[in-house]
Amino acid sequence: MSDQGIITAAISILLLPLLSYTLTFFFGKKLPRKGDFIGVTLMGIALIQALRIFITFWQIGNPAHRVEQAYHWLDLGGGFRLDAGILVDGMTSVMLMVVCLVSFLVHLYSTGYMHGDRRYERFFAFLGFFTFSMLGIVLSNNLFFLYVFWELVGLSSYLLIGFFFHKATAAAANKKAFLTNRVGDWGFWLGILTFFTACGTLNYFDLFAQVHAGAIKGPLLAWAGVGLFMGCVGKSAQMPLHIWLPDAMEGPTPVSALIHAATMVAAGVYMVARLAPLFGPEALMVVLYVGAITAFVTATIALVKTDIKRVLAFSTLSQLGYMVMGLGAGDPVNAMYHLTTHAMFKALLFLGAGSVIHAVHSQEMPEMGGLRKKMPITFWTFLIATLAISGVPGLSGFYSKDGILGSVLAVGMMKGHYLPFILGITAAALTPFYMFRVVFLTFFGKPRDQHKFDHAHESGWSMAIPLMVLAFMTLISAGIPGKTADKGWFSRFAAPYDVAAISAQYEAKHGGLVVASAEPAAIAEAGAALAEPAAAHGENLHAEAAPAEGGHEAAAAHGEAAAAHGAAAGGHNSHVRHTAHVRAMIMSILVATLGIGASWWTYHKLRVNPAAIQARLPFAHKVLQGQYFFDELYAATIYRFTLWWSVVCAAFDRVVVDGIVNGAGYLTRLVSWVSGLCDRYIVDGAVNGVATVLQGAGEGIRRVQTGRIQTYLVYVSASVLVLIVIYRVL
Amino acid sequence: MNVGLPHFLTVSAVLFALGLFAVMSRRNTVAILMGVELMLNAANLNFVAFSRYVQRGIDGQLMAAFVIVLAAAEAAVALAIVLALYRNYGTVHADTAQSLKR
Repeated sequence: MSDQGIITAAISILLLPLLSYTLTFFFGKKLPRKGDFIGVTLMGIALIQALRIFITFWQIGNPAHRVEQAYHWLDLGGGFRLDAGILVDGMTSVMLMVVCLVSFLVHLYSTGYMHGDRRYERFFAFLGFFTFSMLGIVLSNNLFFLYVFWELVGLSSYLLIGFFFHKATAAAANKKAFLTNRVGDWGFWLGILTFFTACGTLNYFDLFAQVHAGAIKGPLLAWAGVGLFMGCVGKSAQMPLHIWLPDAMEGPTPVSALIHAATMVAAGVYMVARLAPLFGPEALMVVLYVGAITAFVTATIALVKTDIKRVLAFSTLSQLGYMVMGLGAGDPVNAMYHLTTHAMFKALLFLGAGSVIHAVHSQEMPEMGGLRKKMPITFWTFLIATLAISGVPGLSGFYSKDGILGSVLAVGMMKGHYLPFILGITAAALTPFYMFRVVFLTFFGKPRDQHKFDHAHESGWSMAIPLMVLAFMTLISAGIPGKTADKGWFSRFAAPYDVAAISAQYEAKHGGLVVASAEPAAIAEAGAALAEPAAAHGENLHAEAAPAEGGHEAAAAHGEAAAAHGAAAGGHNSHVRHTAHVRAMIMSILVATLGIGASWWTYHKLRVNPAAIQARLPFAHKVLQGQYFFDELYAATIYRFTLWWSVVCAAFDRVVVDGIVNGAGYLTRLVSWVSGLCDRYIVDGAVNGVATVLQGAGEGIRRVQTGRIQTYLVYVSASVLVLIVIYRVL
Repeated sequence: MNVGLPHFLTVSAVLFALGLFAVMSRRNTVAILMGVELMLNAANLNFVAFSRYVQRGIDGQLMAAFVIVLAAAEAAVALAIVLALYRNYGTVHADTAQSLKR
């Protein structure tokens, strides 16, 4: 496929789910089967397109190859220009494949699972809308549209978690998810704005060049990176914002599989991997620790949960913790590899759990048991996924998880931070334990609820086919035989960004680097920074020249060298990394065996009584069952503070604001009262007074005018007399 | 006793005062008219007296004759008014004719 063909196909992939949403939303009720075939068909076409792009990039085999096309969208003046752009490279093509495949299978599965629901067509509409938003995140080439689709994904997640909104728990859960994500998105947006202010662009690759040139550095770079990472913490449910994901299991199970296991929660990981050069070493350290703590803490919670979906939710959290840990270790390739393999087996686990729930109408594992014979397809596919997530050699999860642990250990050995690796490897021991606990409690042993057991049956084909496809994908997603990210098929699609080459491209295109904070000193420094890696990493640069010629094995070698926190000499680092990977591999095989064995011993052989351990450690059990009381902690601190603050604000409103308003009102009334008095007594008084005086005078004078001629004559005579007296006498 | 101008003037003044009093005090219109005649004649007496004692020719006597003619005309008009008054009000009292007052 030509570059233009790739762009066209990518746009069609983006728009097909939107079309599905529109058709189903507006016409779904009137169509036969409520229009579910529209979603399935259109997603099928999108999947074929994604497959074509995937194959194209497979043939190209160069991770650095990218196709980018931007459409001028908005020019707001002052150099503030927004482009609507599409970016397709190897990583994108893998994500397209993952999203389209899982989405297609979930559409198919939902035709069986949601059958007979009152708002069946609305469910498919929302699925289409979600897929559109997710693909937008994957395809966007700038931070602005990334953010737009990021929020759309949040919205569709809200709609789908609350799909059964008549249940109070579901309504509460979608609110919680939305608000928790808000917190993360706040930081995300601040991060985006910081980068935009410092670098003057939102395009990914322009940003990489700018950051490489030192347009943003030091504490600002660290904080901006942490800001971006906050978006990941919210969307990918890392601690301390992980609380929404377990509650999100209130949504229908296909939604849990699509959104809250395979794709949406991976968006945060994808974002950080995509923007890897924007994260400075300090920010990466934050990422590393957050991921490690999440992976460990949530794995311990999964040990005690009895709701099958909740166990899977906490397992998802733990696996996302792994991916984030990998990102923090400066190894986005393995993080993306784990994202890909995890999407397959975790979607499979959720759909399998959905199949079980559909059969027994319960989510509680204590009410299941012995379902192996009744639901063979579900059992076998579920088992494959469990083996994969447990890290059994030969299956996908082993290679991807091992790659991350190796990188984390390498960072530990180089920088002395061993805690993340210890947490990670412990979580790797816990994962097989709790996953096999699910398998044993659900499929093995004697049925604990005979009535539900009798009722159970294997699900229909629409649900079984997705399970089998995903099981197949789980088996092959690490290649046959399984390979690590840098040796297997994945190395054709993803490698650490070659920032120096990106900078050079940028320079060639724009004729020099435009550093936004354009002080002469900064520019000179940028020039030095450009020259320095060329001189210091001469060897590396030779290695970098190779992948451009197409040899993907050389690219893999380069990947290992350049990913190693980019600082010191390559030879030593790659040696450390090699040692670390070998050690991590041995350790993870050991702990996986240990975990599976312990689970088998406890839940299948029943040699250890979990209830007894629980009785002996009541406090520990209470803490785990209560999920470390994060919800309670937030209720006691943040919620209470918010409520308190609202009360304060309300009091302020009531006393000060209302006081001012009412005072102004009272004052106005007083003034008008006085003014009224003035009017009534002074103005009106003057007017009326004049009238009264004149009237009174008139009344008086009137009496003189009698109308009798004699009276007048008297007046005349008297006047004459008076005049005579005046003139004569005086 | 020698009769001089002051005696004439005194009689004239008494006559004028009586006429004036009649005009001012009587209600009967005809009596009022009679008062007016008295006053006119008091004036006539003055004219004639001054004509006798002051060297101005016969101006005073002429004026007296003129006043007598005028008084005759005045009496004719006034009596006509009195008749009209009587026809309208059924009386000749001056104070009943006050319909303009309201």
